Amino acid sequence: MTRTGLFSTIPEDHREQLMALSREVSFPVGTRIFEEGSKADRFWVIHTGSVSLDLHVPGRQAAVVETIGSGELLGWSWVCPPRQWHLGAEAITPVRAWEFESQAVLDLCTRDPALDHALLTYVVGVIGHRLRSARTRLLDLYGPYGSGEPR
Amino acid sequence: MTAVPLPYRVVDTRPETADTVTIRLEPVHETLPSFAPGQFAMVYAFGVGEIPVSVAGILPDGGLLHTIRGVGAVSGALYALRPGATVGMRGPFGTSWDLPLAAGDDLLVVAGGIGLAPLRPLVLAALAAPQAHGRLNVLVGARSPEDLLYRDELDGWARPYRGVAVDRPSAGWKGRVGVVTTLLDEAPFTPAETTAFVCGPEVMIRATARELLHRGVRPDRVLVSLERNMRCATAHCGHCQLGPLLLCRDGPVVGYDRAEPLLAVREL
Repeated sequence: MTRTGLFSTIPEDHREQLMALSREVSFPVGTRIFEEGSKADRFWVIHTGSVSLDLHVPGRQAAVVETIGSGELLGWSWVCPPRQWHLGAEAITPVRAWEFESQAVLDLCTRDPALDHALLTYVVGVIGHRLRSARTRLLDLYGPYGSGEPR
Repeated sequence: MTAVPLPYRVVDTRPETADTVTIRLEPVHETLPSFAPGQFAMVYAFGVGEIPVSVAGILPDGGLLHTIRGVGAVSGALYALRPGATVGMRGPFGTSWDLPLAAGDDLLVVAGGIGLAPLRPLVLAALAAPQAHGRLNVLVGARSPEDLLYRDELDGWARPYRGVAVDRPSAGWKGRVGVVTTLLDEAPFTPAETTAFVCGPEVMIRATARELLHRGVRPDRVLVSLERNMRCATAHCGHCQLGPLLLCRDGPVVGYDRAEPLLAVREL
């Protein structure tokens, strides 16, 4: 289905079990897919299109902190408490995605430790990747003087 | 290559961003030998100093384009030049982007910030000879949309893919937000048959090269442009030494198979 992302990392037999829980959805441009602070009870794997992740800033436009696209996981806050979205998400292009209800997936994982391990390994990898990206961007590498103090 | 700077005249300046300009230089009398994409010149702002600047354009009449970010004393003086001003030029120096090495391969051009400047002549050379290679992918990382170089040219570089990722989007930005490597998922390339050309801040170079190797691109097919303190540009003073390499002579373009172990050593 995609050459990267969740579907390339989950073993095929588990992938079919997981996909049986999914449904295809689409979001027109501008759709607010979820809002910061609301209940994180589902997640998506993006098939086509792009989604921006943003933070609410009072009196200003929402601050976009990252965009994600085809093959990527949208939403990981469902994995652990408090299971609330840490960011908001908006479709910036027409989006087609597979939607999963998180409780059904967690129930399946409870019954199948191998799937549980594979899925969590994938999600932790996604979180780690996004953490590294955020840290790299904190360096402001493209700023006038790069980053770091001279020796 | 000349030891004595030759006078070149500024014939045009084009603002790129708030702190970056592209200057077009033409020889006043004698012309320097031909430059290749990736090589650099030592550009002398009279009375201020001399810095290495990669060529951003190689013109058929012997003229050169240099994209200058005015952040230091010399680069600030070069940034402020107006048509009619004269600079001193030495060069060409260093190794070039080895486009013939990539014959038949997909091309991945990955640039961060001002690192797009040394890659521009490579992109133009690849566009001029599309039959010599596979798919051309141009991936650009920038601080913000306003910091993008060559904005009027970028759309023409999508053969088939051109992507831009910014760290800080401004209102109305519809492109990617994030590190430049996020664009790799969108770019169509076959890792085992790909040559990558990477230029930008060294942290970005390392992250990009690691990701490319993880995806199966061969280390010797990941060419990176490294920057150190180049002074003489003739491999004598040693200021640009990186392990066994003198980057003014053995670089700036180096295969990642040689660069990787050197970039991991903190003392270098």
